[in-house]
Amino acid sequence: MMNYIWAGMILFSCICALLTGRLPELSDAVLSGAASAVQLVIVLLGMMCVWTGLMKIADAGGLTKLLSRMFYPVMRLLFPKYPKDSAAMRAICMNITANLLGLGNAATPLGIAAMKEMSRISKRPAEADNNMVMFVVINTASIQLVPTFMGTLRAQYGSAQPFDIVPAVWLASIVALGLGILAAKLLERRDDRLG
Amino acid sequence: MADLGSVVVPATIFFILIFGFLRKVPVFDVFVSGAREGAVSCFDILPSLVGLILAVNMLSASGALDLVSSFLRPAALALGLPPEVMPLALMRPVSGSGSNALLLQLFRDYGPDSFVGRVASVMNGSTETTFYAIAVYFGAVGIKKTRHTIPAALTADLVGYIASVWAVRLLFL
Repeated sequence: MMNYIWAGMILFSCICALLTGRLPELSDAVLSGAASAVQLVIVLLGMMCVWTGLMKIADAGGLTKLLSRMFYPVMRLLFPKYPKDSAAMRAICMNITANLLGLGNAATPLGIAAMKEMSRISKRPAEADNNMVMFVVINTASIQLVPTFMGTLRAQYGSAQPFDIVPAVWLASIVALGLGILAAKLLERRDDRLG
Repeated sequence: MADLGSVVVPATIFFILIFGFLRKVPVFDVFVSGAREGAVSCFDILPSLVGLILAVNMLSASGALDLVSSFLRPAALALGLPPEVMPLALMRPVSGSGSNALLLQLFRDYGPDSFVGRVASVMNGSTETTFYAIAVYFGAVGIKKTRHTIPAALTADLVGYIASVWAVRLLFL
């Protein structure tokens, strides 16, 4: 599916640029796109080192085990494949904690660590299993407790009460996350039936 | 409250280190070995990121976003979304920096405390950059078949947008 979406985005851009006369801008975008991806990875490289290093300390000290026990009653329902205290479950819980705290820079490296654990025990390495899909769907929804970045942006643009939107963000997030999980669960059953 | 963001990171690192120290973990050695693993997996995601960012940059440079937004105007109105936030709704799943730029444009044009400003804030705050997460997480472990990930994640995004308008109406009007 990613193949179609990716090709669709690029082909559609080419046609639009032709129609709107923005072909020069489009060719600039090809160059800048490649360069900005590399820049992003360099920024991410530092963050990856910091947070996977800290994750390893938290793991060695037993902190991740504590967290995964705390989250287990909920996580058990979402990720039935991974037993309590398993490496995959601990990594998933660290990623969820980082997301809740709004540590976006930490959530990505910790999420990648969790994906590695999940793929290590997966039978088909090139295919996402139901638990991986659930994990990525949860990570594509926002579960941050306090949207600090949003508040800061609103304050910069002269909002009288930059954080007055927080209850609305919670409501919208919960509804979106709930429906995302439900969609993942419903589609997963259909996949199983199709074999 | 706005300073909360600058407290969370140091507090988390402090807490992890103290905890490790009390449990007699050789913290620096363990940190270095973990950081090495992080550095390796970072290069695994480079190819899929180059592909995704290329496509996103081409989309925004070609004017496709405005074209699709005007095309989808009736759909936005039918769903109760203010048409002004349509470009943001389309950009949000693919690019974080792109959607932040559009959000700030809306803040400049309408003000953060206007209806449009509030809906845009809630939309941006209650969703994530879906395709970035999919590219990074599946790219890191070399997964090619994403199965039902994209339909489920996009369902969450669409529901999030509709719920944003609904929540702002409920709490502010």
